[in-house]
Amino acid sequence: MIRLNGINKSYITGNNQLHVLKGIDLHIKAGEFVSIMGSSGSGKSTLLNIVGILDNYDTGDYYLDNTLIRNQSETKAAGLRNQYIGFVFQSFNLISFKNAMENVALPLYYQNVNRKKRNRIAMEYLERMGLSEWAEHMPNELSGGQKQRIAIARALISKPKVILADEPTGALDTTTSYEVMQILKEINQEGITIIIVTHENDISHMTNRIIHLKDGLIESEVLNGKHPVVK
Amino acid sequence: MFDTDKWQEIFSTIKKNKLRTFLTGFSVAWGIFMLMILLGSGNGLQKGVEKEFESSATNTIWVWSGQTSLPYKGMKPGRNIQLVNQDYDAVKRTVKGIDKSSSRYQIWGSNTLSYKKQFGSFNIMNVYPDYGIIERVTIIKGRYINQPDIDEFRKVTTISKQVEEALFKGEDPMGKFINVNGVPFKVVGIFTDDNNGGDDNNRLIYLPISTAQRVFSGDNRINTIALTVGNATVEESKQIEQTVKSRLAVLHKFDPADPRAIFTWNSLEQFQKFQRLFSSIRLFIWIIGFGTIIAGIVGVSNIMMIVVKDRTKEIGIRKSMGATPWSIISLILQEAILITSFAGYFGLVLGVVVLETVGSKIESKFFSHPSVDLGIAIYALLLLVFSGALAGFIPARKAAAIKPIEALRDE
Ligand SMILES: Nc1ncnc2c1ncn2[C@@H]1O[C@H](COP(=O)(O)OP(=O)(O)OP(=O)(O)O)[C@@H](O)[C@H]1O
Ligand SMILES: [Mg+2]
Repeated sequence: MIRLNGINKSYITGNNQLHVLKGIDLHIKAGEFVSIMGSSGSGKSTLLNIVGILDNYDTGDYYLDNTLIRNQSETKAAGLRNQYIGFVFQSFNLISFKNAMENVALPLYYQNVNRKKRNRIAMEYLERMGLSEWAEHMPNELSGGQKQRIAIARALISKPKVILADEPTGALDTTTSYEVMQILKEINQEGITIIIVTHENDISHMTNRIIHLKDGLIESEVLNGKHPVVK
Repeated sequence: MFDTDKWQEIFSTIKKNKLRTFLTGFSVAWGIFMLMILLGSGNGLQKGVEKEFESSATNTIWVWSGQTSLPYKGMKPGRNIQLVNQDYDAVKRTVKGIDKSSSRYQIWGSNTLSYKKQFGSFNIMNVYPDYGIIERVTIIKGRYINQPDIDEFRKVTTISKQVEEALFKGEDPMGKFINVNGVPFKVVGIFTDDNNGGDDNNRLIYLPISTAQRVFSGDNRINTIALTVGNATVEESKQIEQTVKSRLAVLHKFDPADPRAIFTWNSLEQFQKFQRLFSSIRLFIWIIGFGTIIAGIVGVSNIMMIVVKDRTKEIGIRKSMGATPWSIISLILQEAILITSFAGYFGLVLGVVVLETVGSKIESKFFSHPSVDLGIAIYALLLLVFSGALAGFIPARKAAAIKPIEALRDE
């Protein structure tokens, strides 16, 4: 599903060049549940953004579902994001002036689904998250866990192949974090590929494969939290 | 572009950002309102002037006499020039290009007109039949003075509506005799004269000039000669005016260059002067109005710029969910167009209402019925939509160009 070969990425700020990713080789198969760990500044978010086509990379190849992702137009990128990828963010990123249902329905707007239909589908997803009675509420009336579940519903509604989540539990307490992880696990069991970035060991141990980043390189990989994969 | 879904999307953003929308709309509404008022006033000025000229034919030359101011052939300046019937006949006979013409002998001041027990004081205007055309008199009953009246020295009169009201008190005046300074004249017609600003032209009666001269003055004096020049150009009209002057100079033996012996007023020339003046005023008004609109556009553009900055994060979120740059552009652009169109339409209607209510109360010489015609309103409307698009375009393009990752990082 996702294949990265020798990905390099540098940020240029003023006169300084910061080499963040220094040759990442990574292959994630369809249906995997992967977590990325590493110290702050090791390039986890940068990597995830490249995978999500939110950011570009300097050298190397990135194939998403066997399509080479490189220098495509923003319009094409938008289409790929809409078709393949669902995002879950640490800070939820709900649109503040839209209610829960409208937020969940938004990706379908960009698939030209009519309003009635997308609101109906959004209600189904909210129901699945156990949030149907919160449909009319605005984001600022909801708890962190509720917001993140809405964000997950929104990521799911476009039936993506991959869900990318950058520290989805970073702003949540332990109990809520576990609930969210439980939901992600269920989604993964339906065959959707999930990649999460996390700092928490217990969270990463709920995934099938842990990738450790250090100074822009993959330091080690662990399968099922048991077998270290030596690179 | 016009799918209802997008409009709903836009409406919901507008509804949830009322203050912002109001501020944006206000500057546009104000701009259009001012444009309407300006253009309306310009029109009012124009119409006022046209109406002023309308009260008599716009191709008329009026001629009246004064006093010589230059010595001529041994005669001292200061001689009074008195026009007489022979002058009029000579001018009429010899000057080419004259269409309608009449001499005029007026008896100003307190002329007592009476009928039975009613009486009143009015002016008496003694003329030829053409005068009715030159002065654009409207006959509402009967007829104007005609040629047989002149030829046969008939004692007939065409009276104004005001005179009728003053003397007849509802009785039908046609065929009745009114007493004019003691002489009975038969009423043959009733007229009104659409005169802008005053009712001088309505406080009078017309008599055949031949009869009046015989009955009241006993001589051949006249005060004024009025000529129309058909559809002559301004140059031709001035030429005719000049010929009349030199003809009279010969007849009355004064220097043709004397500016005070004979006075003329050429309405065609004046009219065109005013026309030119007012078209430049109108141009000026358009320029000011356009400036106001531009200021409005800049205002909207600025506000939309802030809006885009405000919504950067939201734009990032939308992009992460598959919003194309074009969809972002059209979202911003349509919002701008919608706001400017609505606000502009509001300003337009308000402007028209103000012009209609306040404007119609202002009625004076050179200012009449300020209003905007449909054509201008449509221009303004097109200008609005265009300005909305223009105001939205730069911010929209900016919004679309933000990289999704940067937009998401925005706090
Ligand atoms: N837009 C940017 N411009 C310049 N430098 C950047 C930019 N984004 C990230 N960096 C730098 O790149 C490095 C990697 O950042 P990244 O966000 O990928 O780290 P991370 O592993 O996600 O860290 P954290 O765990 O704190 O989220 C950091 O040193 C960061 O300062
Ligand atoms: Mg990060």
